[in-house]
Amino acid sequence: MAKLHFSLVAPERELFSAEVDQVDAPGTEGDFGVLPNHAPFMTTLREGRVTVRDGSTVRLFDIQGGFADVGPDGLTILAEHAVEAV
Amino acid sequence: MASLKEMRNRISSVKATQKITKAMQMVAAAKLRRSQDAAEAARPYARRLSNVIANLAAGVSGDGAPALLAGTGRDDRHLVIVAAADRGLAGGFTSSIVRAARERIDALVAQGKEVKIVCVGKKVTAQLKRPYGDKVIENFDLSAYRQFTLSVAQPIADVVTRLYEAGEVDVVTLFYSRFKSVVQQVPTALQLVPAVVEGAEAASGPAAVYEYEPSEEAILETLLPRNLTVQILSALLDNMAGFYASQMTAMDNATRNAGDMIKRYTLEYNRSRQAQITKELIEIISGAEAV
Repeated sequence: MAKLHFSLVAPERELFSAEVDQVDAPGTEGDFGVLPNHAPFMTTLREGRVTVRDGSTVRLFDIQGGFADVGPDGLTILAEHAVEAV
Repeated sequence: MASLKEMRNRISSVKATQKITKAMQMVAAAKLRRSQDAAEAARPYARRLSNVIANLAAGVSGDGAPALLAGTGRDDRHLVIVAAADRGLAGGFTSSIVRAARERIDALVAQGKEVKIVCVGKKVTAQLKRPYGDKVIENFDLSAYRQFTLSVAQPIADVVTRLYEAGEVDVVTLFYSRFKSVVQQVPTALQLVPAVVEGAEAASGPAAVYEYEPSEEAILETLLPRNLTVQILSALLDNMAGFYASQMTAMDNATRNAGDMIKRYTLEYNRSRQAQITKELIEIISGAEAV
């Protein structure tokens, strides 16, 4: 199955960059999920949690504001502030 | 000619100075590595953000474009931000940035443009206050921050957006030192407003139709001020790395000069000590012969 390239970037550093199965993120106009081969799409984000699923592993990040950009080369989230939730 | 005691004192004082410069060099080297890593780590965000803006800008060129991107259509009033160091003892680091900025400022004034200056860094304020006292509108002192984050760059960006939205400036340029390598930092002028969109031509005719949430303009409206802050931040991070690199080089030179000086003084000291001994011997021998 095709994979989705996802990278999560904070101003100070890149927190995550890898191939995953699915990413759920909090958009300003509602939460959304991104699967591989998603149509190009761009949105602003509100404060909330980003869920990254790859196989059976799930990683969570707390973010505050920013942008999500879904392009042909995957999903990029530019967060104003991001930390990995434990 | 200096007495032997004077020379001994001078040698020990140079030795003490050498110890200090040696220590400063090592501290600068350690900090350089850290600030280089910080500058490197911040790069992906800045690059991606400008990519996104380039994509967006290709879509909204025309009347709907926000002012920060389109500009006011004039270039009569300039805001020049000069960012360099808060501390000295780093060779010509601050001076080279300030020199580049002064050239530009003088050229603009000669063209009859109105110029406002924002100083970032205590040493910049010290160097620009005298020639352009009436043009300096704001000073930032960043010496209290050990690490630069977005919250450090934010107040500077706020000044820019405030002046711009009040319609007091048309063009904003940032002077800083681009960190090319440890031995090479290039004083660079970066135009912040109107935003220079890189690679917009290459990306023209978007490959796929984007969907925007909320509208394109609304996204761009929030993205541009953010981009401003990020650009200022990455300039500050570059500056920090450049500052330590330049301090390291300056202190390395100082240590080497001190070493040369010690060698020269020691040689001179030994010579005059020898001369004195010889003189005393001659006195004793001729005294003995006379008896």
